Amino acid sequence: MHPVRKQRLQWILLILVATSIGIGLVVYTLRQNANYFYTPSQIASGVAPLGVALRAGGMVTKGSLHRIADSLEVSFDVSDGAARLRVHFTGILPDLFAEGQAAVVTGKLDDQSIMRATQVLAKHDENYMPPEVADAMLEAYKRPDERARVDEEPYYEP
Amino acid sequence: MSPEFGHVALIVGLCLAVIQSAVPMCGTYFGAPRWMHMGRSLALGHAVFVMLAFISLTAAFLTDDFSVRYVAQHSNSLLPTQYKVSAVWSAHEGSLLLWSLVLALWSAAVAVFSKTLPLVFVARVLSVLGMIAVGFGLFILLTSNPFERTLPFPPMDGSDLNPLLQDIGLILHPPFLYMGYVGLSVPFAFAIAALLGQQFDSAWARWCRPWINIAWVFLTVGITLGSWWAYYELGWGGWWFWDPVENASLMPWLTATALVHSVAATEKRGVFRSWTLLLAIFAFSLSLLGTFLVRSGVLTSVHAFASDPERGEFILLFLCLVIGSSFLLFALRGPAIRSRTGFSGVSRETLLLVNNLILITSTAMILLGTLYPLIADALDWGKISVGPPYFNFFFVPLSLLLLASLGVSVSSRWRHTDPSGLRQKIKLPLIASILLGVLLPVPMASWYDNSGYAPSAAVTLIFTFWVLGASLHDALIKTASGNLMKLPASYWGMLCAHCGIAICALGVGLSTIYGVQRDIRMDLGDSIILAGYRFEFRDIRQFNQPNYVATQAEFAVYVGGVLERTLSPEKRHYHAGGEVMTEAGIDAGLTRDLYVSLGEPLGSSSWSVRVQVKPFVRCIWLGGLLVALGGILATADKRYRRRRSPKQLFTGSSGRASYEK
Repeated sequence: MHPVRKQRLQWILLILVATSIGIGLVVYTLRQNANYFYTPSQIASGVAPLGVALRAGGMVTKGSLHRIADSLEVSFDVSDGAARLRVHFTGILPDLFAEGQAAVVTGKLDDQSIMRATQVLAKHDENYMPPEVADAMLEAYKRPDERARVDEEPYYEP
Repeated sequence: MSPEFGHVALIVGLCLAVIQSAVPMCGTYFGAPRWMHMGRSLALGHAVFVMLAFISLTAAFLTDDFSVRYVAQHSNSLLPTQYKVSAVWSAHEGSLLLWSLVLALWSAAVAVFSKTLPLVFVARVLSVLGMIAVGFGLFILLTSNPFERTLPFPPMDGSDLNPLLQDIGLILHPPFLYMGYVGLSVPFAFAIAALLGQQFDSAWARWCRPWINIAWVFLTVGITLGSWWAYYELGWGGWWFWDPVENASLMPWLTATALVHSVAATEKRGVFRSWTLLLAIFAFSLSLLGTFLVRSGVLTSVHAFASDPERGEFILLFLCLVIGSSFLLFALRGPAIRSRTGFSGVSRETLLLVNNLILITSTAMILLGTLYPLIADALDWGKISVGPPYFNFFFVPLSLLLLASLGVSVSSRWRHTDPSGLRQKIKLPLIASILLGVLLPVPMASWYDNSGYAPSAAVTLIFTFWVLGASLHDALIKTASGNLMKLPASYWGMLCAHCGIAICALGVGLSTIYGVQRDIRMDLGDSIILAGYRFEFRDIRQFNQPNYVATQAEFAVYVGGVLERTLSPEKRHYHAGGEVMTEAGIDAGLTRDLYVSLGEPLGSSSWSVRVQVKPFVRCIWLGGLLVALGGILATADKRYRRRRSPKQLFTGSSGRASYEK
């Protein structure tokens, strides 16, 4: 082979190997650090894995927020209208966190399907609902068999 | 001025932009100088009308004209005047109008400051800018008209500006960021004009360089301001969240940084020509992508406000059109561009290539992480968010590599550097930085009551001192042999920007490693000791302001029994929107910030409180500002102001020899 061509071929091979290693590494890290979003209904039906970092969200059920005295521990429920998820969190809740408003939590599920949250995000604008929560609510609303239960949810009453 | 007047001005502006995009360009094909000359006056006229539209929207805000829906949604009669002005760009419609205004101003600046450039080239540049203006003009008028009225029953009062945005940060951050984003359209237009005219040489690079630098400076300041604003205004002490919208601004910045360097090589040595062109196209495409990500609301982000999918589709279409056509043009014309000169393995060119490689790899990595949730959603892999660990995993080592190469590059020369001389030059800063870096964390561990020696702090310090030391060492060598003033402004600009990057890295590293944070429940009279500072919760009181009620706490900070500072964090309840805001109590210092924020009331006199001590956090923004200052110095270099006859510039041959040292 012509030496110039040989050199070129070596360069191309080197670049190919380097980029494939790079892309492989990126994809691997992405999969390691990607947090999947689950709706409370999905978690109730047991689809979500336990002990893996994930995100969940819905509306904070009215009257479900409890504080544990002398600490910063709180518990509350989030609901997509069809199922509820109990969340435990230690720390400071965001300013716009409120019962009857949308929230997205990040954390791990323990063996009793309680979310041990490490982060709580609340909406930060009156008209904004995180797209995941909006989709989850819509999906739960679409399922006809659960409509009746949705209407009984206390926070839907005025 | 009535809002309708603004609406009409916007339409007239769009019409002028349509003519601006077509006539000068046609003129270049038919060889009609009159048509080409029209570009300048059209660009100025366009700017005037968009400015009128912007002024009339501002007037609607100042006069509390709540019959305009956009004003009613984002202002309130109680809002202080300065926030009424900045509320103009606080949401979608207004920020797009600002986008258009900034674009019009950049085009007008090109029209005014291009007297020495060949007419054909200017005509092409202004036409391309006109096309972008048409795209955004249509976008505003068709999908997001800020002048829409709610008649016949306008609301009595507006629903108020989001309290997060009632801040000096909002007045400054978006205009700077937009100046940067949109400023990248100028190098883009220069690149397209070069491809159309198949004229791409060192002269081109020299015309383009000041525009790239200025846009990059604005982008740098914009990002720095945004980070600083998030730090004190969001109330919890974070300065970078790897949020999609932050990434959307970082990607064009990284690409523009690569462009700033590669165009330097193109100007001085005539190398990397097609690469520079490609980077100019990339940088603007990424800033359009940023606009799409922010404005379409496809991603969950701290910047995501109520959004409308139709608008997203329009920008996506526009994005595809711009990127598709410019890459097609590049594919057709790019192969004709060849670099004539070569360079050896050890040279400034090689180091600039390494720099570009690292910056582009970082951009690609961030792009993948930012778009992965979108791709996954589209392919039904589930709803995913990519967290900070992914970005840190790649960005930190890549930045360290960049810093390492940065120290060498200062001492390198164009074309060929003698390896042994280079080794001699970098020996002293290398040894000094390693020694200092390894030793300093020993006392630092005790200053910040941290658990022992922190190897990561040693790494941060070694790299910081390495860049600072190599830069200063080089400056000393250069000034020792001659007059201080003989060195060009661009050299000082380069040193300043490089030291800025190192100082920013120092701030990032040390504030992350030695920063301490505690979330606790505190009763009145309680204290907590953190990093040698004792924070005492002394008082809590309420007071009224025109548009909010504040609950203000008082924290006394003691060092070794002596009162050091008093901090006053607040919790504000806004009347109009019923929103709650955390105003942190911050004592800023070059070597450390004391940061207290109030959580929620837990009973009668006890509160959840976040207390933080953040060493060297100010260096992050100080570094950012130094980088921007470096860019300004480099642009101020007198060689860009040297007048040449247009003919000389057109051939671009005379300039080359004198710029090779």
